Amino acid sequence: MSTPLLEVTGLTKRFGGVVANRDVSFSVGPGELVGVIGPNGAGKSTLFDLITGFIRPDAGTVRIDGREATGLRPDQICRLGLGRTFQKLRPFHEMTALENVMIGAFLSTADVGEARAAATAALASVGLGDRLAVQARGLSTGQRKRLELARALATRPRLLLLDEVTGGVDAGAIPGLVALVRDLHARGIGLIVIEHNMRVIMEIAQRIVALQLGEVIADGPPTEITRDRRVIDAYLGEAWRA
Amino acid sequence: MRRTPAALLLLAVLAFPLVFARPFPRHVMIMIFLYGALATAWNILAGYCGQISLGHAVYFGIGAYTSTFLVREAALTPWLGMLVGAALAVVVSQAIGYPVFRLRGHYFAIATIGFGEIVQTLVLNWDLVGGARGLFVPIKRPDSLLNLQFHDSKAVYYYLALGLLALALGATRWIERSRRGYYFRAIREDQDAAASLGVRVAREKHAAMAVSAALTALGGTFWAQYVLFIDPESVFPLSLSILICLVAVMGGVGSLWGPLLGAVVLVPLSEGTRVLLGGTGKALDLLIYGALIMAIAVFQPAGLMGLMRQLRRRRAVAPSGEVRQESAA
Repeated sequence: MSTPLLEVTGLTKRFGGVVANRDVSFSVGPGELVGVIGPNGAGKSTLFDLITGFIRPDAGTVRIDGREATGLRPDQICRLGLGRTFQKLRPFHEMTALENVMIGAFLSTADVGEARAAATAALASVGLGDRLAVQARGLSTGQRKRLELARALATRPRLLLLDEVTGGVDAGAIPGLVALVRDLHARGIGLIVIEHNMRVIMEIAQRIVALQLGEVIADGPPTEITRDRRVIDAYLGEAWRA
Repeated sequence: MRRTPAALLLLAVLAFPLVFARPFPRHVMIMIFLYGALATAWNILAGYCGQISLGHAVYFGIGAYTSTFLVREAALTPWLGMLVGAALAVVVSQAIGYPVFRLRGHYFAIATIGFGEIVQTLVLNWDLVGGARGLFVPIKRPDSLLNLQFHDSKAVYYYLALGLLALALGATRWIERSRRGYYFRAIREDQDAAASLGVRVAREKHAAMAVSAALTALGGTFWAQYVLFIDPESVFPLSLSILICLVAVMGGVGSLWGPLLGAVVLVPLSEGTRVLLGGTGKALDLLIYGALIMAIAVFQPAGLMGLMRQLRRRRAVAPSGEVRQESAA
């Protein structure tokens, strides 16, 4: 088997007395689409922060492409080909959609014209081709999700960590966003997706990692996860029992 | 079409000393250029990169003291002293930046005040550079560009200050249009999001600080050569740091022309009250500044630039009257 794109081993993080992540291990291969599920407070976002360098782990390692990446800064992680979005959206409000995405595009070029062209293409690929000159603060929540995706995409990541693709958007916008994630996957980009909408995650994920109280309680294909006793008790509830 | 008025304005500015031969109008213009340059330099760090420094007097003072010290001790021309001062200001700014850039928002601003006070106190007690007595720039006659001293006419100072302003504006323009300018603005908006996109946040902040400090130090040397006497009270005070910030905020931060616009409004106000009221009116300009800043903060946080944009928009739509409905909707 080839080297995994991302390999997390024994990742542990405590905040005071609270253990946010305990001995979390899993790996993601190139082009794989992995879902991360778990109840609120299970440590999903903390896991993303640990992987992308926003928080330092107390123990454990992160390897990207077989290279040691534990404790690197967020910008260094980005340079290794890992992009991310945030659960609470963080667009550059006072900048236009195009300028937002140019910040990502500048990773691979210092030329403003080239960055503008790359950003325009990235925005078009997420369906915001007609919103280039709109300030980020003027976009709807669904559009901002797309904007964050385009921004991360513009860094040309090999693996994207998406924190809640459909969270907070109205039901009508969900199918479009799901189609977008599928499209990214089809382009060969690896994806780790935190998602609360079970229908969505069951539909798109090739593999699901379930967290509870900071620990991995299951890791497998969606059909297996829905039958897992611990996952049903912790998160899914009786309705999902086959 | 927009070029013509700009060209006329530039021509008028260049011809000003030929028309106004008396010292006072020239002095007011020189002060506008100097404060415009200082506020423009500050704007690179604070306006574009979002790091509100209230310690920029440190770099102004370093510029003034370095060139003056070298003129006195080494008979070095102020032109070289100016460059040494700018280099020293960059070094100090990077050293200060290392701890303070870990802080965000108000905490950063407060820390820069602290460093400003520390440096002023150090110089006050440092006998080698004159301590509290300050330093005189040795008078050299006749007037010469090499010695950067002009006793008969302010005309050369006028053009030097204008050149300094042009340099600061040019640097801002250049940054604004480069990758660095985009990075600065992204850091101002959300430095974590910027980092997640590969922006080396600390490095960019240090770069902004270096450019800003160097330009500010050039202003310090100019000032020393203009007034020919400096002391810690005149070139290192907190009030100077705050004034630089006020001028920029008044005009509009994060825009190319905003800080200069602020200087155009505030400097004549300050010089005017000083002349009209003499020593008794010493704080009156500050009272007026305070009132203006409050008005700006409440009614137009984007400063005079924001106000002008608003007026232009209104004038553009006034004839038809249609757009007013649109903006109300």
